[in-house]
Amino acid sequence: MRRIGVFICHCGLNIAGVVDVEKLTDEMKTYPGVSYATNYIYMCSDPGQDMLKEVIKEKNLEGVVVAACSPTMHELTFRNTVAQAGLNPYLCEMANIREQCSWVHKDRGVATKKAALSTKTMVEKLKLNRPLSPLTLPLTKRALVIGGGIAGIQAALDIADSGYEVLLLERKQSIGGHMAQLSETFPTLDCPQCIETPKMVQASQHPKIKILAYSELEDVSGYVGNFKVKIKKKASFVDPDKCTGCGQCIEKCPVKVPSEFHALLGQRKAIYTLFPQAVPNKPVIDKENCLYLTKGKCGACAKICSLEAIDFDQKESFVEEDVGAIIIATGYDLMDKARIGEYGYGQYEDVIDGLQIERLLAPTGPTEGEVRRPSDGKIPKEVVFVQCVGSRDPEHHYPYCSKVCCMYTIKQAMLYKHAVPDGQAYVFYMDTRCDGKGYEEFLQRGIEEDGVLYLRGRVSRIFKDGDGLKVWGADTLTRRKIEISADMVVLATAMVPSEGAKELAGKLRLATDEYGFFSEAHPKLRPVESLTAGYFLAGAAQAPRDIPEAVAQASAAASKVVALFSKDNLYHEPIVASVDEEICRGCGQCVETCAYEAIELDPRTKIARVNEVICEGCGACSVACPSGAMQQRNFTRRQILEMVEVATGT
Amino acid sequence: MKISYFPGCTLKTTAKNFEDSTLASLKVLGVDLVELPRWNCCGTVYSLATDDLMHHLAPVRDLIRVKEEGAKRVVTLCSMCYNTLKQANDLVKADPEKLEKINQFMYREEVKYDGSVQVSHLLEVLRDEVGWEALKKKVTRPLKGLRIAPYYGCLLLRPTGVALDDPEEPTLLEKVLEALGVEVVDYPYKTECCGSYHTITNVGLVIERTYTILTSASQHGAEAIAVSCPLCDFNLDSRQKEVEDKFSGFEKIPVFYFSQLLSLALGLDVETCRFDLSFVDPYALLQAKSVISEGRS
Repeated sequence: MRRIGVFICHCGLNIAGVVDVEKLTDEMKTYPGVSYATNYIYMCSDPGQDMLKEVIKEKNLEGVVVAACSPTMHELTFRNTVAQAGLNPYLCEMANIREQCSWVHKDRGVATKKAALSTKTMVEKLKLNRPLSPLTLPLTKRALVIGGGIAGIQAALDIADSGYEVLLLERKQSIGGHMAQLSETFPTLDCPQCIETPKMVQASQHPKIKILAYSELEDVSGYVGNFKVKIKKKASFVDPDKCTGCGQCIEKCPVKVPSEFHALLGQRKAIYTLFPQAVPNKPVIDKENCLYLTKGKCGACAKICSLEAIDFDQKESFVEEDVGAIIIATGYDLMDKARIGEYGYGQYEDVIDGLQIERLLAPTGPTEGEVRRPSDGKIPKEVVFVQCVGSRDPEHHYPYCSKVCCMYTIKQAMLYKHAVPDGQAYVFYMDTRCDGKGYEEFLQRGIEEDGVLYLRGRVSRIFKDGDGLKVWGADTLTRRKIEISADMVVLATAMVPSEGAKELAGKLRLATDEYGFFSEAHPKLRPVESLTAGYFLAGAAQAPRDIPEAVAQASAAASKVVALFSKDNLYHEPIVASVDEEICRGCGQCVETCAYEAIELDPRTKIARVNEVICEGCGACSVACPSGAMQQRNFTRRQILEMVEVATGT
Repeated sequence: MKISYFPGCTLKTTAKNFEDSTLASLKVLGVDLVELPRWNCCGTVYSLATDDLMHHLAPVRDLIRVKEEGAKRVVTLCSMCYNTLKQANDLVKADPEKLEKINQFMYREEVKYDGSVQVSHLLEVLRDEVGWEALKKKVTRPLKGLRIAPYYGCLLLRPTGVALDDPEEPTLLEKVLEALGVEVVDYPYKTECCGSYHTITNVGLVIERTYTILTSASQHGAEAIAVSCPLCDFNLDSRQKEVEDKFSGFEKIPVFYFSQLLSLALGLDVETCRFDLSFVDPYALLQAKSVISEGRS
C-alpha cells in the first residue's frame, strides 16, 4: 500500500491543546507509505468528513488513518465515510491520540512524540490490512419470552402485534405472575383482575402467541437470530387437550396444602389451578402432595373426570424450537424468609410480608378481602408497616433500594383503612421515594384522607405480647422511643431475583449483578439489552421495578426484537479468527481457549474450524495457537509485530 | 484440659460466687482453669474507643501475660472482661500499625504482642469443649420445674464482631439452662441493656430498667433470672430493694449466675454457690423446687 492518507484531528483543544498537530502532520507527511497528511479542527464534523471523502477521491488513496479519539467513539463514523468515498471500510484505521495521549499527558514534546508513534503503528497495521466485508447470517423471526408475568405478557403482545411469532414460556400452570396476586395497584387503585386478565386473555387468543405453561427452559444453543431452545414440559398429569377446566376434580381432591398463590396464607388442593381467571385454566397435579402419586391410594380426581383427562402415567417431555431472539422477564421474589431475628419473621404468624397482605386485601384471597390476621382470624385494629426490611441494609442483607415498597406500603395501608375504617395504620419509614407520575399525590392522599400515620425511624424489635405484638421503634423526628401494641405487622421485605434466575443465567451464559439481577448492556443507553447479542431484558428480572416501569421496559425490549426482525439478514463483524489449513496441525488448543465455543476440530481432517458468526474476535485463539495457523483477520501476527517494532523504535 | 483463665477484678470481690461456682463446676466437667499469675484490670469501658490507643494498653498487656505462659487462648467469666479483651485483640489483629504503636508503649515487656491469643468466654468453653450432650450426662440433680429467664445484657452480643452468638436471637444461655433441666422462659428483654454503669450516676434509670426487665420476665412466667455478667447481676439483684420502694406491687425474684445453677445441677455442695453474696434470697425458691433441702438466709 503506497497511497495512505493520515488525517489528524484537533478535537478542539482536547488534542491540539497538548499535541503539536502541525509538527505531527509534518512528521507524518514524510513517513514511508504516507502520501498525504493533514489536520483539521473536528474530523468527525460534517466538513471534516466531507474533506476526508474529497481527499480520498482526489488523491486516489488506498487506505486512511484518522488520528483522533478512541475507535469506540468514531471508528464506525469514519468507516462509513470512507465507504461513501468508494474505499473498503476496513481500510480505515484510527490512532487514538486523545484518550491514550493528550488526555493523560501534560508535556507537549512528549505527547507529540507519542502521538506520532501511535499514528505510525496504525499506518504499519493498515499497510497489511485486507479489504473485508461483513458476514451475512440467516435470521429466525420468532421470539421466545421467558416468564409470563406482566412484563413477559406485554413483550409477547407487542412482538406478536408486529406480526412475528412468540413463544411465551411460564413455569407455573398459568401466566399472570405476581401481579395476579395483588389486591389493587397504585396509584389508581384498579385491580389486576380488571387490568391484567384482559391482557392474559389477549395473549392466549393471539394467533401469533403460543403459551408454553408449566414448562421450563432446559437448554439453549446457537446465537442471535439462530437460537435453538430445548423446553421441558413438566408432567402435569392432566391431559390439556381433554380437560375442559370444569374443576370437579379440584372439588373432589381430599388433600389440602398451603397455597403458594395465597403466599401460604390460604390452602389449595393437590390438583389445582392458580386462580379463577388463570390462563390456561387447566389444573395440574402437585406430585409431592398427591395421595395417588405418593402412596398409590385415592385417585378421586380420575374417578370424577368423565373426560378421562387425568393421566397419572404422564411423563415430562421435551420440545425443541428455533427462535431468533430471547426476552428474559423472569421477575422477582421477596427475600428469603430466613428469620430476621429482631422482627420475629417466620416465628410469629402475624408478622407478614408485602405479598401476604396483598392476599389478605384481595377479594379473591383466602379471607375474601376481609382483613383477618393469620393467627386467629381476628380483624387487626392496629397494624404496623415497616419499610426497607432487608433493602438498604448493606450490613446485613441488600444495599439496594427495592423501589416499589414505599408505594405499595401506602397503598396497603390505605386499603387496610378502607377495609377496617376504625383501625389505625402506622408506617415506619426511612424516607419516602415516590418518584412516579401521581405517586407523591397518592402518598399525600393516604396520609391526609385515610389518616395513615407516618413515623420516620426504624423498628428495633418486634415480639409477642399476649395475643398481640409489641413493636419497638424510634421516631427520629420527635426523638422519641416508640412502643406500639400491634395486632399485625407487615414487613416490606426486599425484592430479589426470582428463584431459579441464577440457574437460568448459567444456562443462557448471561451476566448478572452480584445479587443475581440480569445485567443490561449499558445502564443508561442500552437498558433493555443484555451484553450478549439476541438477549433482551424486561421487568424485575433486571432490577426491582413497579408495574408501569416493567410494562414500559417490556415494550422497549419488544421494539428491540422487532427492529432485529425487520431485517432480512443479520450482519456480523468480519474481524474474526481464521485458520490457515495448510499450517494447522489439529492440536486443539484454540478449541480449549475459545470462551464462545466458536471453534471445533473437523472430525475428519482434524483441522480447526471457526464458526465465524459466533466468533467475537477476541483473539485468544491466535495467541494460543503454537503454529501460527490461527490468525485474526486484520490483526495478524505479522501486523502486530510490525506495530510493536514501530512503537518500540526497534 | 487446661485453659488459661483471666478472672478480672469483680470475680475476686463481689462476684466471688461466680468464680467459685464456675471453678468447681468445670473441675467436674474435666476443664481446669489456670489463673494467669500476673494480671491487671481489663481496662473496662475505656478501651471501647478504637481511636484512643492508650486505653487498649491494659487489655493488650493481659494478652501478653497469656503469651508469657505459652498459652494460645484465654478464657474469661466476666462479660465485661470478655468484651474488652476481645475488642482490643480484634483491633490490634486487624491493624498492624496500631499493634506496633501499642508494643512501643510497652517497651519494658519482654514479650511483644502479635495478636495471636484467642479470647474466649466460659459459655464458649461449655459449648465447644464440653458440649451439650456431655453436660447433660454429668447432671446429677436436674433442676426440674425451675422456670428461669436467661438474661444476656449487651456485652456478650455487642458489637456484632465480638458476639458469642446471633446478636438478635441468641440461644447459648438457653442451651446451658436446658441441659441443666431448667424450664427456659423466653421474654423480649433478654438482650436489652441493664443500664450498666449508670448505676453509679443515674440510679433512677437503672431502677427503672431493672423493674422493666424483671417484670417482663415474671409476666412470662419466670421465677428467677440467669445472668453471666457481674454488672448485670449487680443491677438486677442489688437494685431490687429500690425497685420495690419505687414500684408498688413489684415482687422480688432471685438472680443467679448461670454457673451457680450449673453447680447445683452437677450435684455440688451448695457452699460453692456462695449465696451469701446474693441480695435477693434464692433459698426459698430452691427449697420450694426441692433443689436444696435446708434453708438459710
